[in-house]
Amino acid sequence: MNTNQICKAVMVLSLTIGGAAWAEPEITDSDRIAQYREMISDGNPAEFDEMRGEELWKTPGGPNKVSLEKCDLGKGKGVVKGAYAEMPRYFKDTKKVQDLESRLLTCMTTLQGIPEEQITAKPFASDKKESDISSLASYVAGQSKGMKMKVSTKHPKVKEAYEIGKRIFNYRAGPYDFACSTCHATSGVRIRMQDLPNMRSSKKDAQAAYTSWPAYRVSQGLTRSFQWRLNDCFRQQRFPEPKFASEATIALTTYLAVSANGAEYAGPGLKR
Amino acid sequence: MGKPMKIRASVKEGMTEVKILMQHDMETGLRKDADGNLIPAWFITEVKAEYEGRIVLEAQFGQSISKNPYLMFMFKGGSAGGKVKVSWVDNKGDSRSDEVTIS
Repeated sequence: MNTNQICKAVMVLSLTIGGAAWAEPEITDSDRIAQYREMISDGNPAEFDEMRGEELWKTPGGPNKVSLEKCDLGKGKGVVKGAYAEMPRYFKDTKKVQDLESRLLTCMTTLQGIPEEQITAKPFASDKKESDISSLASYVAGQSKGMKMKVSTKHPKVKEAYEIGKRIFNYRAGPYDFACSTCHATSGVRIRMQDLPNMRSSKKDAQAAYTSWPAYRVSQGLTRSFQWRLNDCFRQQRFPEPKFASEATIALTTYLAVSANGAEYAGPGLKR
Repeated sequence: MGKPMKIRASVKEGMTEVKILMQHDMETGLRKDADGNLIPAWFITEVKAEYEGRIVLEAQFGQSISKNPYLMFMFKGGSAGGKVKVSWVDNKGDSRSDEVTIS
């Protein structure tokens, strides 16, 4: 091979490499995250929390030594299947709009006789201690897997909660002058590696976001409930910490749940 | 005794696919708690999978493996209805065994 031939060979080679790189479709970070999620979707540790919740649901507990199998989640006493897909909803007995966690709180206090403060003092799981109410929420939510989100706003109280939730979503305040909508009302933006869902105007984004909670957070090694998620949003906005199962959090949940109507519930999910 | 595992096993074209999700803290021994004290190492050291009493996989685990480890592997020759037994041992001598029927 003379110099000329070598030159040609190198050129052909470099062209081939250049061409190959050109033809390769661009793989975005969110594609890679999706790929990673798919790889581990068979082994979502949230299932352990669901198992723990199921056990808690069926085992007699609290001072009254009864199980939660008489708890009415809106579809009749003890009906768990599909209950989460229709929550939050209005409950006649409490005369309140309740999300899953506030309803579980009602059942645990009225049926089992556990003092409310005992549950709300530490309602979220930590490295040191699991949370019963959070595990119960994982279990109940999991029983709506594959069902269509169908939160009705027919009842005026639910409608009212929806409107309040919408206002909270767009309400700017705090030292950063932040609102939920600061991060979640624009399409195609991200924070670090995470794509931020546009929950105000993209139906698809709102549905995907809502239907994947509760979720196992890989970075924390814990399954997180929806109340926790909202709590963390408010923390990130430097708002005062909302009270567990407060009216404000339920209103915001109602707004987000209604926005997800029509989508298949896919949780408990898996997050970074 | 350790917490239960989730195991799925299915056979397709002569290959049995086993998916195992273990429940374990898998502490590295390098983390510190809020008071600055080291959290002692606590992790799975050995994992063993048997098909009808015959070992089909043996693995040594260490600190670098994540909390609640997930393991998938395939082996030849299993048949539907057969049993796969998975067991692990950790560095504190704790252990766990679970069994599943191949579908």
